[in-house]
Amino acid sequence: MVNIEIDGKPLQVDDGKMLIEAADEAGIPIPRFCYHKKLSIAANCRMCLVEVEKAAKPLPACATPVTDGMRVYTRSAKALTAQKGVMEFLLINHPLDCPICDQGGECELQEVAMGYGSDVSRYQEKKRVVKDKNIGPLISTDMTRCIHCTRCVRFGQEIAGLMELGATGRGEHMEIGTYIEQSLVSEMSGNVIDLCPVGALTSKPFRFSARAWEMSQRDSIAPHDSIGSNLHLHVRDGQVMRVVPRENEAINEVWISDRDRYSYTGLNSEERLQAPRIKQKGAWQETDWQTALDFTVQNLRKAIAGHGAQQTGALSAPHCTLEEMYLLQKLLRGLGSQNLDHRLRQNDFSPQTPQYPWLGQGLAQLEKLDAVLLIGSNVRKEQPIGAHRLRKAALRGAEVMLINPVDYDFNFPAGEKIIIAPDAMVSALAGVARALCELDKAANKTHLDALAQVAVSSIHRTMASRLKSADNAGLLLGSSALAHPRLGALHTLAKLITRLSGARLGYLPQASNSVGGWLAGMLPDRDARGKSVSQPGLNARAMLEQGLKSYVLLNMEPEFDCANPAAALRNLNAAECVVTLTPYVTSQMESYADVLLPVTPFSETPGTFVNAEGRWQEFNAAVRPLGEARPTWKVLRVLGNLFELPGFDYVSAQEISHELRALAPDLATAGNGGDSATLPQLDNHGQTQGLMRIGHVPIHSIDNIVRRASALQQTADAEQACIRLNAAEAGRHGLMDGASARVSQDEAEARLTVRVDARVPDGAALIAAGVPGSETLGASFGAVNVERLA
Amino acid sequence: MNAVPMNIAAKPLAELISAEALAEIDRWIAKYPPEQKQSAVIQALHIVQDQHGWLNNERMDAVAEYLGMPKIAVYEVATFYTMFNLKPCGRHTIAVCTNISCMLRGSDVIVSHLEKKLGIRLGQTTADGKFTIKEVECLAACGGAPMFQIGKTYYENLTPQRVDEILDKLK
Repeated sequence: MVNIEIDGKPLQVDDGKMLIEAADEAGIPIPRFCYHKKLSIAANCRMCLVEVEKAAKPLPACATPVTDGMRVYTRSAKALTAQKGVMEFLLINHPLDCPICDQGGECELQEVAMGYGSDVSRYQEKKRVVKDKNIGPLISTDMTRCIHCTRCVRFGQEIAGLMELGATGRGEHMEIGTYIEQSLVSEMSGNVIDLCPVGALTSKPFRFSARAWEMSQRDSIAPHDSIGSNLHLHVRDGQVMRVVPRENEAINEVWISDRDRYSYTGLNSEERLQAPRIKQKGAWQETDWQTALDFTVQNLRKAIAGHGAQQTGALSAPHCTLEEMYLLQKLLRGLGSQNLDHRLRQNDFSPQTPQYPWLGQGLAQLEKLDAVLLIGSNVRKEQPIGAHRLRKAALRGAEVMLINPVDYDFNFPAGEKIIIAPDAMVSALAGVARALCELDKAANKTHLDALAQVAVSSIHRTMASRLKSADNAGLLLGSSALAHPRLGALHTLAKLITRLSGARLGYLPQASNSVGGWLAGMLPDRDARGKSVSQPGLNARAMLEQGLKSYVLLNMEPEFDCANPAAALRNLNAAECVVTLTPYVTSQMESYADVLLPVTPFSETPGTFVNAEGRWQEFNAAVRPLGEARPTWKVLRVLGNLFELPGFDYVSAQEISHELRALAPDLATAGNGGDSATLPQLDNHGQTQGLMRIGHVPIHSIDNIVRRASALQQTADAEQACIRLNAAEAGRHGLMDGASARVSQDEAEARLTVRVDARVPDGAALIAAGVPGSETLGASFGAVNVERLA
Repeated sequence: MNAVPMNIAAKPLAELISAEALAEIDRWIAKYPPEQKQSAVIQALHIVQDQHGWLNNERMDAVAEYLGMPKIAVYEVATFYTMFNLKPCGRHTIAVCTNISCMLRGSDVIVSHLEKKLGIRLGQTTADGKFTIKEVECLAACGGAPMFQIGKTYYENLTPQRVDEILDKLK
């Protein structure tokens, strides 16, 4: 600690801090443009010049470390003269036309100019003009306004891990841009809009649609991944106009992913269902809520009376709120059915699968790991903010190792990696487990016997020793592990590895409330207290593959959200009664559903999401429901009343979450569940016959809102349905890049274009789920046949 | 859909320059610690430019790939230094200094003489592909101002007459 004095205020500051940090902590304002607390120090804008006693010239506060006894004046004549001088220079080339600039009213340059600028410009000469660049569908450029602070360039290098913007040219000819016209591809690129202190980089979908002072700011939680980034929704006239990050150091720091930033463009899509609809004699008709709810109750009662409650089931998307899932399971259990699930993309429900797949640690903990083994995860596109934490760990020197079904491109340096077809991931993990056992053969005799047939390679040994020797090691299982047909085997082996190596086990769940679904009791075998029920119902897969007589579907589109779309659609169409609570209507719904009840997306309802680390985050509605849509919790509450079930007298969503809070188990004590005692059968460590499908879900296909977000669907990350094979595998099937192929799984089939992709291992075919074109196929991770079409 | 092209994989550097030139770049890379091989970027660009006379995007991308740098970081370097030609240029590039010493000693006259004689403006190349003239910053020969550089040779104390003699000798 050193003692310094700023503007006469004595301060105690940590050694090595810069003056500007000390001033910020003490609440003393110093103007700045290039300095940003999350970026490296550039000291190129010179706006933060301050007077330091005994220094000959004013010094930049952002690049001057504190020293004991330092006396600093931020508002002295010398400091102000310097700051005003810099301001005048910065304004030389900057257009003075704030009224026509999209940043006007929320511009750092405008604000600082109000405090430090002159009221008239003395500059008479020509101003420089810079051509605007097209850097993609998300960010607009107005490069004449750029003041060369280089925050956007440093963001790319340091945070996104993908340097796409740079400063080309020199002196007056220096320009910020990509040099060659191209779109930014970082999944975090939108953050440069917040960083840009002027109107040079602004949001393309939002541009010129509202002024800062016309909108109100509402707090919310990001609904598209299990990070739960904190958001501000900016709303005007009952509409979400844009989304920006809300700072929370423990979760998203000051960043959000592009998916969280631009998904609002899908909220008011034309497909929004704005009034209840019922199907009578095969024809759809719009109706009022009372009629629709009576119709719902009548039809469900009839189905239950005719076939028993065991023939009714409810499925909820994993991005529904805690309150919604809790009420839905309460309703169904009240009706006598245990057929409940939110694990729509899961394929394996064996008893060895995890009981609470959560991160097992805080998000901030991820950046402190020294060795990480990622299993079946494309964390960069699935949880971009999680990848950012891992990137920080990797830059600190952590070894991030991979066992993945696709050689995904990460924005951090990856260490040892095994890229292998999904069915071989189990034996790869078993190899690491055996390598760990071999480190202490005497103690692990039984495990060694059980793993006798497992081949151990030098990569397995390296991974094992890295995990064992690291102070802070972690195993993280991602979406491809959670959807893996042998999730139970992966979980058991992961448990064994963590026990032998001292590493921590964690899951990276896919959706914003995946963890919440487990806590809300949206499960066929456990209630909201986490207690097993005496007669478990059917899980998601069984419900959709075996078929039930009636279904209640919440906020989901089975053709895109389920592990096996073909089976789901077949059985939904065959059911007698399908009640669908949905914000959007699709032609598929019109075919299988009998009632369409319009419910709200996250922006129009209060609710709670539990993120990967188990943090409960409540949020409120930012805008009123669109049309006749109503928050799901209200609809379910009324349905509970109409069925005359007890305990449906809630007057607020908060009451529901408080009720659940008192019941739900604590994740920290519950752990991940499962054990490592009974190791899985490892007889088939060779390849299965034919090809194994990798049905990962692309970043912008994850849920019903994102799939309709027009801005995101124009980016390079928006995938089209196709079949991706490596060159050798394509050759074996007589296929070439661009060829047309017939892809089939049992009776299900699709015609897809072939793409040769070196990232895909032998024996596997990458066919994304959740995208139009592949919804006619079956299991997301299952055997698949490919034939060439002439 | 947006028609903006995406990153396209770069051609390997070995396909663009001779084996000797590649060995020369490797010699420069070896001078720096392995994790800082991007320190060789300026020399690598010079060597590639010597082979072709100028740098196009393909060549810069190949250098980026070879040195493990982001492409834009190579563009930053190549656009910063006037010694790198980012457009095709003539057999002889005349780099005229117009900084203060040369300007005080009459570089304006030299520039306008060159422009008139060759019928092109600064930054342009003659139709026969023989000469390119460009304006550069101080080449550290203020004692002999005004001056220009052709290829690797400095010509000092220039007058229009001397410029004519120099150019006439060049093929």
